Amino acid sequence: MSSDRLVDFDEVLTRYEPVIGLETHVELGTASKMFCGCSTTFGAEPNTQTCPVCLGLPGSLPVANEVGIESTIRIGLALGCRIATWSRFARKNYFYPDIPKGFQTTQYDEPLCTAGHLDVEVDGEIYRVEIERVHLEEDTGKNLHVGGATGRIHGADHSLIDYNRAGIPLVEIVTRPIPGAGAKAPEVARAYVNELREIVRALGVSDVKMEQGSLRCDVNVSLAPIGSLEWGTRSETKNVNSLRSVERAVRYEMRRQAAVLDEDGRVVQETRHFHEDTGSTSPGRSKEEATDYRYFPEPDLVPVAPDEEWVEKLAAALPELPAARRTRLSEEWGIAPTEMAWLVNAGAVELVSDTVAAGATPTDARKWWLGELARRANDAGVELAELAVTPAQVAELVALVGAGTINDQLARQALDGVLAGEGDPAAVVQSRGLAVMGESDELVAAVDAAIEGNPDVADKVRGGKVAAIGALVGAVMKATRGKADAATVKRMLEERLTAG
Amino acid sequence: MSDLPSMNVDELQAALADGATSVDVTRAYLDRIAAADGELGAYLHVDPEAALARAAEMDSAGTRGTGLTGIPVALKDVVVTKGVPTTSGSKILEGWKPPYDATVAARLKAAGTVLLGKTNMDEFAMGSSTENSAYGVTRNPWDPQRIPGGSSGGSSAAVAGGLAPWAIGTDTGGSIRQPAALTGLVGHKPTYGSVSRYGLIAFSSSLDQAGPMARTVLDAALLHEAIGGYDPLDSTSIDAPLPVLAEAARRGAEGSLAGLRVGVVRELGGEGHADGYEDGVLTSFAAAVARLEAMGAEVREISCPAFDLALAAYYLIAPSEASSNLARFDGVRYGLRVGDDGARDLDEVMALTREQGFGPEVKRRIILGTYALSSGYYEAYYGQAQKVRTLISRDFSAAWDGGNGAGVDVLVSPTTPTVAFPLGARVDDPIAMYAADLCTLPASLAGVPAISVPCGLSEGLPVGFQIMAPALADDRCYRVAAALEAALTDERGDRGFLDQLAARAATTEGAA
Repeated sequence: MSSDRLVDFDEVLTRYEPVIGLETHVELGTASKMFCGCSTTFGAEPNTQTCPVCLGLPGSLPVANEVGIESTIRIGLALGCRIATWSRFARKNYFYPDIPKGFQTTQYDEPLCTAGHLDVEVDGEIYRVEIERVHLEEDTGKNLHVGGATGRIHGADHSLIDYNRAGIPLVEIVTRPIPGAGAKAPEVARAYVNELREIVRALGVSDVKMEQGSLRCDVNVSLAPIGSLEWGTRSETKNVNSLRSVERAVRYEMRRQAAVLDEDGRVVQETRHFHEDTGSTSPGRSKEEATDYRYFPEPDLVPVAPDEEWVEKLAAALPELPAARRTRLSEEWGIAPTEMAWLVNAGAVELVSDTVAAGATPTDARKWWLGELARRANDAGVELAELAVTPAQVAELVALVGAGTINDQLARQALDGVLAGEGDPAAVVQSRGLAVMGESDELVAAVDAAIEGNPDVADKVRGGKVAAIGALVGAVMKATRGKADAATVKRMLEERLTAG
Repeated sequence: MSDLPSMNVDELQAALADGATSVDVTRAYLDRIAAADGELGAYLHVDPEAALARAAEMDSAGTRGTGLTGIPVALKDVVVTKGVPTTSGSKILEGWKPPYDATVAARLKAAGTVLLGKTNMDEFAMGSSTENSAYGVTRNPWDPQRIPGGSSGGSSAAVAGGLAPWAIGTDTGGSIRQPAALTGLVGHKPTYGSVSRYGLIAFSSSLDQAGPMARTVLDAALLHEAIGGYDPLDSTSIDAPLPVLAEAARRGAEGSLAGLRVGVVRELGGEGHADGYEDGVLTSFAAAVARLEAMGAEVREISCPAFDLALAAYYLIAPSEASSNLARFDGVRYGLRVGDDGARDLDEVMALTREQGFGPEVKRRIILGTYALSSGYYEAYYGQAQKVRTLISRDFSAAWDGGNGAGVDVLVSPTTPTVAFPLGARVDDPIAMYAADLCTLPASLAGVPAISVPCGLSEGLPVGFQIMAPALADDRCYRVAAALEAALTDERGDRGFLDQLAARAATTEGAA
């Protein structure tokens, strides 16, 4: 639990203007590490994907992974950055067990990409986020603190280090400060990270899984009194690792800093930790005691001088980016931008698109993903994409309904089967016996039984109160456990009750 | 059979081709080591059994009697060797057995050589006398009261003392050439990037180069050819074919230097720049220059004004890089760990490990480099030193291109201002110690090749003659050095410079 005093969010905005900034780390999906040939597969036994280079053994030397450089340039191009014609790696020197060389190989004042931008949309309004730089560096190892209650270093009995992650290429994307978002600051931050994730995903250079740490965010927040010409002192909340957390971290820091400023206090420039459980932040180390990193150009690596022709080729070969794609799809699907925004926020654009590609109409595909499937994802607490159903399966369900093989209610039962791993929809319909009943003896019997079992209602219908027929239809549907086709049932009832 | 350990490598090759075994040769060196290394202290690690086993293996190899198969070699302990202790002369790496081979070690292995052992050195190659080793001093075979040079002093003493036919050294600011000069060897610092640095424990990454230390120019060229050339594991490795070096040495030994344009660097011992240079060194150097002229070379003086700034620039750049390169020695993964008693935290354990693991010179340079890279000082120190480095490179370029006159093919100077000084003479005066590298630093900073070849004796101690050439023209160094060597050998009527040491040892023993 945090003991921070907090100001009500709406009240913060009556006195302060937030400025946010984001530093996002994307782990590239290269087959090998940035400076050696070790594998990058996630989840291997600790220290099995290591070699003299990524362990920083004496005498070992780095060799830059060209795919890493190319991926970084492609991200830069997608963000409209200027690509450097001359760029260098630098050493960031500090002591910590998870960096095996005593320095991190990164980029300092000569990054690969600078001066880009990314437009994000929140509630119909466009916010332009300026990108300061996109640079390439290596990831650190992971410390595991054993024996303490919290998994943190304090109270731990001993610590273990896993260097499998050490040396995996990491692209850092740094925004310039983003002023002017006001009350929307938390959502702008979230929308930015989401859009960046979509772009990186579209480029195919990373799987951008926040839960596995292949996309990680540091969130900078500062407040200044409304009307002030100077920006306030910022805090830097490290490793905020879900979209929801990004939004919450900004919100929390705004409320906390407002309380500090209200008390005439001074916001300390420091790094802070985010706590998923409480949505709060707590202080890490303050900048005043921060290390002097003594950056200098990495002498073990030669400068990177991307050839202009090559960069032009990479630019020409960029895939359709999410924003352009959304515009095109909105037109193709005939939907309004706001509706597209719902799909984006639900993370459903690709799913709908793939479902359409598999043969469903855009309307049906949207109905399923934003309706039944969204509800189930929500109930299960997972993202839409994590549901155990593929767009092709959804398209198949839609087709089965369209063909009259099943109705909507049966389709939901078929979906249960698909999610339970019983196979494709058609197979589930078969195995669970879900097909709509034709005018079979069984249905005739059910219709007759409904008339016999509800003589009062039947009489009303016979007497001309046609609307009452609904109750009889319901009875038949119930008796057939939804497998009958309601229209057929209605017609059969009408034939029996109104003809003679 | 004549005394194996006094043979040049081309003679050993002939003996092996003629039926001698590598086991014989290796045992002869191991015997020498057993007899003499107690006094010299050239080696940090010798494993006679492993050496003899390897020699026997080479004796039964298909390549027996060809190339370098079965020829013993010693490696400076800065070269990482798989399964063989590697300390870089430091306590902090005591007991470390690397899991991999440096490219230099791997190439020598592939060539069929037999590893005799790992040689002593100044800790992390920081020093000019080998007195900074954590494992004791090494003595100069010419005079055991004197230093063998440094930092490759174990290698120089081993070869000069007949404890190895040749050895690998590394040169950051002169650490091959200076010890070679002070012990009467040929030592060559290759063009930066022409010999792989993969597996050399880094001192100053932008300066470090491995190279040969040998009894003759031809031997040095043969050893250089075995280790040189492109290595994809070193990003700074030059992807160009190695010039033909042994052939250049043989051609040089034929004696003609007609048409060769030689520049004598004024700033390295010339008029107005002779402070700190011993007369004997300058006399010997001048005689060698005259000899080049006699062989047909055109000699003139060249001024390289920025060379005066080399020492200052070097002692900012090298320590800066070292301060970062040595950060990995923190006691976490390998080597020494001090104070891990459960009561101390990580920072204390790291600090204690480094405090006890590093010697005073290493600490001095780490502090110097840390300061030079600090925020607010970076431009004034590291940045400025890099500019000086550019100026030095320009002086070299101007010498090759000619500037206002015609250019020269090589630049020459004494290798060191003095002959080997007595043990302990400069240990308390770092600046005096640093001055030992005055002549070798410019070539290091510019990344150009430079060789030291013996050119005579002063007060009974060897004097080195340095020949510098444009980048990738290492063959020129070998050609000119071989010409000088041949002329001097002819004049003395012996097989090589070190015969003088052997002759003197014989006289001394005879007198005793």
